Amino acid sequence: MAEQKDILEEHIFSEYKYGFTSDIDTETAPPGLNEDIVRFISAKKNEPEWMLEYRLKAFRHWKTMEEPRHWPHLKYPEINFQNIIYYAAPKQKATLNSLDEVDPELLATFEKLGISLEEQKRLTGVQSNIAIDAVIDSVSVKTTFKEVLAEKGIIFCSFSEAVQEHPELVKKYMGSVVPYTDNFYSALNSAVFSDGSFCYIPKGVRCPMELSTYFRINTSGTGQFERTLIIADEHAYVSYLEGCTAPMRDENQLHAAVVEIVSHKNAEVKYSTVQNWYPGDKNGKGGVYNFVTKRGICLEENSKISWTQVETGSAITWKYPSVILKGDNSVGEFYSVAVTNNFQQADTGTKMTHIGKNTRSTIISKGISAGQSNNSYRGLVRINKGAKNARNFSQCDSLLMGSKCGAHTFPYIEIKDKSAVVEHEATTSKIGEDQIFYCNQRGIDTEKAIGLIVNGYCKEVFNQLPMEFAVEAQKLLAVSLEGSVG
Amino acid sequence: MNEMLSIKNLRAGIEGKEIIKGFNLEVKAGEVHAIMGPNGSGKSTLSNVLAGREDYIVSGGEVLFNRKNLLELSPEDRAREGLFLAFQYPVEIPGVSNINFLKTAINEIRAYKGLAPMEAKDFLKLVKEKQALVELQGSLANRSVNEGFSGGEKKRNEIFQMAMLEPTLAILDETDSGLDIDALRIVANGVNKLRSANRSFVVITHYQRLLDYIVPDFVHVLYDGKIVKSGTKELALELEEKGYDWIKKELVEA
Repeated sequence: MAEQKDILEEHIFSEYKYGFTSDIDTETAPPGLNEDIVRFISAKKNEPEWMLEYRLKAFRHWKTMEEPRHWPHLKYPEINFQNIIYYAAPKQKATLNSLDEVDPELLATFEKLGISLEEQKRLTGVQSNIAIDAVIDSVSVKTTFKEVLAEKGIIFCSFSEAVQEHPELVKKYMGSVVPYTDNFYSALNSAVFSDGSFCYIPKGVRCPMELSTYFRINTSGTGQFERTLIIADEHAYVSYLEGCTAPMRDENQLHAAVVEIVSHKNAEVKYSTVQNWYPGDKNGKGGVYNFVTKRGICLEENSKISWTQVETGSAITWKYPSVILKGDNSVGEFYSVAVTNNFQQADTGTKMTHIGKNTRSTIISKGISAGQSNNSYRGLVRINKGAKNARNFSQCDSLLMGSKCGAHTFPYIEIKDKSAVVEHEATTSKIGEDQIFYCNQRGIDTEKAIGLIVNGYCKEVFNQLPMEFAVEAQKLLAVSLEGSVG
Repeated sequence: MNEMLSIKNLRAGIEGKEIIKGFNLEVKAGEVHAIMGPNGSGKSTLSNVLAGREDYIVSGGEVLFNRKNLLELSPEDRAREGLFLAFQYPVEIPGVSNINFLKTAINEIRAYKGLAPMEAKDFLKLVKEKQALVELQGSLANRSVNEGFSGGEKKRNEIFQMAMLEPTLAILDETDSGLDIDALRIVANGVNKLRSANRSFVVITHYQRLLDYIVPDFVHVLYDGKIVKSGTKELALELEEKGYDWIKKELVEA
């Protein structure tokens, strides 16, 4: 017992690995939000009139909305939206011709994150590589592999660049899956988003490498509001990865992103996230408030969208990556591991909306709660009238570690068509002392045993992740949880 | 001499209740000792205490294992030192394959001894070889640890793990319970093949039946937390014939 306590304390006092701040010259807007700030952001980015109009409409709408405080299973103090800085950008030259011109501190930051842009550049062309778009605070700082991708007609760039270079695509798709009217945070994001990633895979192209975005909040007191838009045209395929970190800060930082995915006829988009925003300290001080709207639409027949998420960070997670299954025979998948420890709170899940015929969806959710945390699964499976022979399978498992944490499941099912087949399975379990002792008796210490058991529990989800990410996710999970049994 | 395990005047219990009350046992390398006793005599407590389960509190006595103070070692270090417990009720660990589990265990034990992890090729060869020992199907090795195994399969898996980890001292806690005669023979054959001059066994059992297959060098009768009678394999037969009441009566008369 004493030993387990030691391990627990060691873990609790172990530092959040990504808690460094970078001393980068930044250019920030004054705190607070009004039309002038929206105009300021738009002007900073040299945006065309239509983009500014969109932001202003979103802002005006946002002012009429209320923060969704009541229905999520989350408790947190009032957020003062006038105290937040809505724009912070690393100061840099207007255009960058090569990596040499990027602020060396910035490059060092990415080195620390384990993404060497230099390395990425040198290895250009190797199939197994990952193309990265790095977003620091609110601005995309570097996108790798652009030329290689361009040869295939793939557009992978920052959102701001897409607004300038590919306005017709942005105009056509932005807000088509998550309109600014959708919810409080999507409206806020639509008004003040500063950057993010944009990706377009043309007809018949299979993206030869994983595309990846790394997000990092750096400047104190800032919110991060990035926007990602991914379009897979007919018969296209792309696998997209997203990683996130933030420095350790005493105050809570707001992150409100919007991700939209459009999958056309016979196209497939796989979106994987390893979310590791700063979760706050052991007393629940600080940490990122993560309010994210992610949604994809299977627009035409035989299209597919698959969300895989490993959520270990953030003080608060409010996130429901969803799929609208509009095209006949389309497929939506949601694989999730959500881990909460100490005082973290997560209210996460998915929405599967079946509109087309013979549409299928799968939901595999694995919640792990430790410490005094609360972990909720919230999911909606909706079968519209006329969605003939729709099928859904949902499995929601909760794993509890210790006796002070909570696991909650809120499944909603709305069926308007009698031909639907919907299955829901749920389990709650505890890592048993018997299991730990059994491992100990075979020479495996408690730390390793927990890693083994938890990874086993999450296997179905980890199997969905690309190889490099799966390894990272396993390690992250072990770090987040070791010593939590006792 | 080659003293493997030396238990002197051990006292231990759980939740404030003393169950082992002055237990003595000497096991030399290569010996097989059977410990028999009626229900509630302390058989399971003994195996749990030796393996280091934390709920059990030792209140007195000493246990030397290969001349080391066993009671000071953590459960995993006891295992790494070569102590193996074949559980009476092996737990299920969903999602963790038997193979992965064993690979982790073997490499942890090797790391403790300052050895590099075992090569994948050598490991798989070992799996194949040891599986045959207990007639375990290849598919079972790839399934999650004990998940959905029949009672017999679980016990065979325990012996398979023992064969893989090559302990110097194996404690078999009622390994015969819940086994039909065929499974019993397979398990016992596996154990017999693992007998060697430098490996000892402590076979804890309620019935004499197992000892027809695993023939012990010594038989001890455990009653009320201590050994009340010791002998050779004939003692087991006598017990089977006369029942545990015979021991109780003898004790009262003495």
